[in-house]
Amino acid sequence: MFGNILIWFVIIPIIMMAGLGICRNSSMNAIRTVMTVCSTALLGLAVWLCVWFLDLRAAGDTAEMLFTGSWMWYEPLNIQLAIGVDGISVLMIMLSAIIVFAGVFASWKINPLPKNFFLWFALLSTGVFGFFISIDIFTMFMFYEVALIPMYLLIGVWGTGKKEYSAMKLTLMLMGGSAFLMLGLLGIYWHSGPEGQLTWNILEIAHNGHIDPSWQRLLFCLTFVGFGVLGAMFPFHTWSPDGHASAPTAVSMLHAGVLMKLGGYGCFRIAIYLLPQAANELAWIFIILTGISVVYGAFSACVQTDLKYINAYSSVSHCGMVLFAILMLTQTAMTGAILQMLSHGLMTALFFALIGMIYGRTHTRDIRQMGGLMKIMPYLGVCYMIAGFASLGLPGLSGFVAEMTIFVGSFEHTDMFHRSFVIAGTCSIVITAVYILRVVGKLLLGPVQDEHHLQLTDATWFERFSTVTLIVAIAGIGCFPNWINETIQHSFVPIINTLTQAAI
Amino acid sequence: MDYSQFSAMIPELIVLGIFILVFLFDTFASESARKADGMLTTVLFGLGTVAICFTGCLPQECFGGMYVCNSVSFALKCILNIGVFIVLVQSLQWTDSEDMKMRRGEFYELLLATLFGMYLMISARHFLLFVIGLETASLPLAALIAFNKKHYESNEAAAKYIMTAVFSSAVLMMGLSFVYGLSGGSLYYNDVAAAVANGEMSGMLIVALAFVLAGIGFKLSLVPFHLWTADVYQGAPTSVTSYLSVISKGSAAFAFFVIFVQAFGAVYPEAWEWMLYGIIILTITVGNLFAIRQKNMKRFMAFSSVSQAGYIMLGVIAANAIGMTSMLFYILVYIFSNLGAFGVIQAIGNKSGKLNMDDYKGLHKSNPWLAFAMTLAMFSLAGIPPFAGFFSKILIFTSVTASNSMALYMLVLIALINTIISLYYYLLVVKAMWIAPEDPVVPAFRSACSERFGMWICVAGIVFIGLVSPIYGWLSEMSNLDASQLFAWLG
Repeated sequence: MFGNILIWFVIIPIIMMAGLGICRNSSMNAIRTVMTVCSTALLGLAVWLCVWFLDLRAAGDTAEMLFTGSWMWYEPLNIQLAIGVDGISVLMIMLSAIIVFAGVFASWKINPLPKNFFLWFALLSTGVFGFFISIDIFTMFMFYEVALIPMYLLIGVWGTGKKEYSAMKLTLMLMGGSAFLMLGLLGIYWHSGPEGQLTWNILEIAHNGHIDPSWQRLLFCLTFVGFGVLGAMFPFHTWSPDGHASAPTAVSMLHAGVLMKLGGYGCFRIAIYLLPQAANELAWIFIILTGISVVYGAFSACVQTDLKYINAYSSVSHCGMVLFAILMLTQTAMTGAILQMLSHGLMTALFFALIGMIYGRTHTRDIRQMGGLMKIMPYLGVCYMIAGFASLGLPGLSGFVAEMTIFVGSFEHTDMFHRSFVIAGTCSIVITAVYILRVVGKLLLGPVQDEHHLQLTDATWFERFSTVTLIVAIAGIGCFPNWINETIQHSFVPIINTLTQAAI
Repeated sequence: MDYSQFSAMIPELIVLGIFILVFLFDTFASESARKADGMLTTVLFGLGTVAICFTGCLPQECFGGMYVCNSVSFALKCILNIGVFIVLVQSLQWTDSEDMKMRRGEFYELLLATLFGMYLMISARHFLLFVIGLETASLPLAALIAFNKKHYESNEAAAKYIMTAVFSSAVLMMGLSFVYGLSGGSLYYNDVAAAVANGEMSGMLIVALAFVLAGIGFKLSLVPFHLWTADVYQGAPTSVTSYLSVISKGSAAFAFFVIFVQAFGAVYPEAWEWMLYGIIILTITVGNLFAIRQKNMKRFMAFSSVSQAGYIMLGVIAANAIGMTSMLFYILVYIFSNLGAFGVIQAIGNKSGKLNMDDYKGLHKSNPWLAFAMTLAMFSLAGIPPFAGFFSKILIFTSVTASNSMALYMLVLIALINTIISLYYYLLVVKAMWIAPEDPVVPAFRSACSERFGMWICVAGIVFIGLVSPIYGWLSEMSNLDASQLFAWLG
């Protein structure tokens, strides 16, 4: 069991928790050491996995999932701990490792109760990694919920503003989503195969193709809504602005950067892949909803004055785009969706990290009370601009590649319905430019608004470390999207095949 | 008479033996030696539990089929024994107090007597024996509830309990008398089942079933028969409340399963599926909604346990082997989670007398370990992974959806939405302990050795029961062994 590289993505966070358990609450250095060592190990492991995976693919291994392994867990119900990765999950694991790594440095000076903070943080990462390596829907769902609940305490204890309200709202809404999801998954299980051969394994369910179309429709709605809540799909997005605005920096980073991707990934891997007929039939309902998210999120961001709210609404818009692209059910659009997940994950993490750093200095997040920060803290200012440009889709950065691919792929549909929604979605790019440039202009350029700000210092070494990691990744995707394309292209084959078969 | 039949009753005999030993010791030992009452009972009971778990059981019917020793009832007895052991450990500190000097022994004797009654309920396959077990279980409980005899609330609670217990027994026996009449003069579960399957009972059967359901519903505090719960839980000494909420509930739920599935299984869809359907929805929802408003921790736990009883009943409405297994598993997990919560309530109550949720504010600053244990217990009760409660909930939901009937999917959906409501109020406790900015109300203290021991057992259970799947596997094996017998009459 321990010979499988994937299982270590879950074991390392557990070691992290055990290590923290030994540390004393007061010894900040010990806590930091544990966190740095373990998160570096995770990042290293992720890079190693990536390289290994590409090697295997280059050597001609075309299996759907690599590094597979499965161990019986609850035998009477055939529940297994089944793991495996394809190109998409490899990239998601990579993304999570980068953001966990950056998040540790972004919360270098967390206060109070640093030990407890990192304990819950480690539990959150266990859930995230576990989710991406699972190919058994039971374990996948378990890790999904493991990732949700630490948010309550992380926001409630270490958050800012109206944190109690936001934490409760976020937790209850996400758990509400997972209630629908659980019912959907139970339905999938009980229809997964002929009597006596029921299974929770995603690959087996997909190959059996046993789920009756009338049930598929119901289950598709349940699972898509369930994951869609976490993907901030309209009208279930309301937890996102409040939750992100109240969360401490590292948690916003991890939540917007990785956790919201759990929603997109789940829709893709479970709702679309396992229920292809219903996906073909019912995609239009959710295209409408996600189309609204894309445009509505962007417009809402235009009128906000709190930096975190702006970014949270922009996340609604960008994550809406992920789901929107997935629902187009074409390979190009889906490639774009994966690119957008990566791109949004990185740049929104960078945004939240920077906002946290700026807030830590100015003690305000209201853009009306700040100005000319470029003169005072040039490093942070430049980083903020880079994040902004990535967000509005400047070529050379990740956002351009992702959005371009999505819209090109979506335009493959020639009917009126799809076309009109794609055009509306494309408009959101312009609106994004409006709110990003507005913030950059207000916050970074122009006259200094508050005299006290003149005394503020620029980024410290650990802050630079955190941001540079993210910027390198963003520029990497922007300049070498082919590399990503190669990693994921095989992964779409089975999904597109099932979808076309189901359409006939 | 064939005395070898008594070998099937080893669990009962062990409990009875400990009861007699404790009684003799308490009667004849000197006053100073009687301090050891609690420790003696706990140690003996622990040894007895180990003995029961390892002797296993040889499935057989005894006493003309009135009493049965089979795998599932054996499994449940093991589970209940573990629960009672934790309750005993947790009660040591309380019975050690000066106030309890004169009646320490009685507490343990009465507790064992009720357990004996519950064993009979579990193993009965004849309604007469079932009723005897039920009464043996309820009457000593009334005395236990009144155990803080100088407290007004405790007496009031006991009075309320005895009234409802007697009333519900009367209702139950009314129902059984109908059953007796309609089945042609037999109270054996199998005879009743045969009569039901032959269609000899109709019309009146619904009435009879409603009475039986109401009678047992009182014991299980199903809505609308739950009205005594909150007052009794609040008034009773905390050790008794924890006993009442897990052990008494677990055994009644199992008896409910056996009676309805084995004796009335043939009329499952016609006669009682819909009754139970409505009652489950009411129980879960009403329990949850009332729990939100509670300020007193014991009342809070009372309503939480009302709604948890609804979840346990999901195993009955599933009416299949997975349902049986999942119900046993749910009871096991529920024992650990609920006793974990009650352990903390009791530790704080013993030390400072504080029982309100507001008193838990800032607890993590003064007593981080208690806050930690309580948090785990709350998460487990709410069904949050990786804690055991998640597994017990999802497994019981899985069992209900097994028949793929749309109505049962709806039921699961309602139950799932209710878990969100329950998450809200469980998080209120977590919020009070970790998030509320106030200075701690409860001063820092070191809880007694026994209390810490009890809590560690519960925490270990909460963390590991779900992850260690062979436990579920074992329960599944046990229920499959008896499946043919249990589900013989299911339509």
